[in-house]
Amino acid sequence: MTSLRVYIIRRILLSIPMMLILLSVVFVVLRVAGDPVSAILGGHAPLEEIERIRRQLGLDKPLYIQYIDYLSSLIRLDLGRSMIWGQRPVLTEILEHFPATLELSISAFTFSVLLGVFTGVLSARRHNRLTDRIIRLYGIITYSIFIPWFGLILQLIFGVYLGWLPISGRSDPGMAPQTITGLYVLDSILTMNLPSLIDSIRHLILPTITLGIYLSGIYTRLTRTHMIEVLQSDFIRAARARGLSERTVIYKHALKNAFIPILTMMGLQFALLLAGAVLTETTFSWPGMGYFLYERISYRDFTTIQGTIVFIAALIVLISLIVDIIYVYIDPRIRY
Amino acid sequence: MANLTIPRMIMSGLSRLSLRRGAERLFVVAGLAIILAFVFMAILAPVIAPYDPNKTGVGRLYESPNPRFPMGTDRLGRDILSRVIWGSRIVLIVTLSSMALSSICGVILGLISGYVGGKLDTVLSLFMDSLYAFPGLILAIALAVMLGQGIMPVIVSLTVVYVPIYFRMIRGEVLSVKESLFVEAARAVGANGRTLIFKYIFPNVIPSIPIVLSLNAADAVLTLAALSFLGLGLPAHIPDWGFDLRMGYGALTAKIWWPGTFPGLMIVLLTLGFSLFGEGLAEILNPKLSRR
Repeated sequence: MTSLRVYIIRRILLSIPMMLILLSVVFVVLRVAGDPVSAILGGHAPLEEIERIRRQLGLDKPLYIQYIDYLSSLIRLDLGRSMIWGQRPVLTEILEHFPATLELSISAFTFSVLLGVFTGVLSARRHNRLTDRIIRLYGIITYSIFIPWFGLILQLIFGVYLGWLPISGRSDPGMAPQTITGLYVLDSILTMNLPSLIDSIRHLILPTITLGIYLSGIYTRLTRTHMIEVLQSDFIRAARARGLSERTVIYKHALKNAFIPILTMMGLQFALLLAGAVLTETTFSWPGMGYFLYERISYRDFTTIQGTIVFIAALIVLISLIVDIIYVYIDPRIRY
Repeated sequence: MANLTIPRMIMSGLSRLSLRRGAERLFVVAGLAIILAFVFMAILAPVIAPYDPNKTGVGRLYESPNPRFPMGTDRLGRDILSRVIWGSRIVLIVTLSSMALSSICGVILGLISGYVGGKLDTVLSLFMDSLYAFPGLILAIALAVMLGQGIMPVIVSLTVVYVPIYFRMIRGEVLSVKESLFVEAARAVGANGRTLIFKYIFPNVIPSIPIVLSLNAADAVLTLAALSFLGLGLPAHIPDWGFDLRMGYGALTAKIWWPGTFPGLMIVLLTLGFSLFGEGLAEILNPKLSRR
């Protein structure tokens, strides 16, 4: 077997303990650190009601049994049932909301990387000049953006005053495309539905800008630092000496070499992307996982909150696995 | 290094580089000015706020900004300027106390874990790393749901979120310092564990702390605001920027822009203050520590 394959198999096996530890942390936070019953009922409730919920959640059993129950139901992909309304399975509800989050994430992520790399390159080329200073300040300001506030300002300008773009939801009533993947833009293209394609894109613009600018600062900074370094190296001087155009030198020769740290950051930023998505979705009433979580928090729907957090933990493990595997293909120096 | 206090280190760092690194110095000064402005605003709130922040009906409902109410009034006819001024109190109290708690816990645990090593270190590191892997906001949400509403629960939630950062940083430093020659020499002449930690290891670790503290404070202001925005924060009688911003969405489509804009602006400004201060300091004192 090639060393590449051994590495990948080992990396997949390694995500099992990682998953187990993350799930245990969720258990500790939700069951040991706090009391689910008082979180659900808010402290002042009749005794029999407290007892009923304790039994419903299995909290009357000893802690280690609860832990085993918790893990074994997770292995069966059972996240429990919602505590409100139809008491639907939590996993089903999460999977219904996941495509919306995925669509927003892909779009915001792409926007942030493009914007970050572009501003970073610009900043590096004008190293220590005014443009560079302004872009560095931009990098710091993006960290300080509070998504709901930035979203509010964009909604006011482009939605309320100019009336150009919708300020909430994924589509206008009756405009949603036939569901195939759950990604509205993709579904509209697949069903060749032009009006709903335009509608979906219009709804996507403001949330994408809000989340994308928030995430872009880190790529600006990273690209700038590495481009400054790369631009001083000999092979760049050689490329310039051969008379290549500045654009070819920058985007084909230099940027390629600055790309590996950017890729690493993409993997690391995933957690931030998820957290940002929760706020962006709440701001724009975007019906994804984050908005769903927000809604259920106000109903104190404990099983759903727990399930969503477990789902996020699983996503984190999965993404770090994927990034590590992509990584070995791109950078052949990495073998563990 | 050992007998330099933090303020003196900052001062010497500033004077050493102020001529060459104008931008960084500007960042630090601007950041500090913003932070101090908010601190004064919080301390002087009872004096400078024109109205009682919780008193409803001091003006009409949703009065647009005017000379009597420079930031307008909200849905209950409360003065937004007064609420914004009072709001700085709770933000600073929660942010600073959770920063203090998380840095103390993180530093102590990190020192012990790195110094003692062995099984304890493995278990602690695993736990801290997995806390760290979680998006801070999601972790804070989970904790805040479990601990319920109130000032203490919010402080505890934020503390837990940031402990791993200090833990990882300190543990890493301890591991590298532990193997260095001067610590080995001290051990050879019979220094005991406590002396080693406090006299040799600790002073080497301290310089990184103010930078991380202020960058963390920036993050904590945002996380606190996000918790209140999501309805998980503080009791309703405390004026709170995040919650007021949430309420500001209520009349957005009627072109009533002021109830959300001003509280949100405060969140961004205070965060910017901490970020500028931390970033500038990082570049001046220790370029390697600049945020990843």
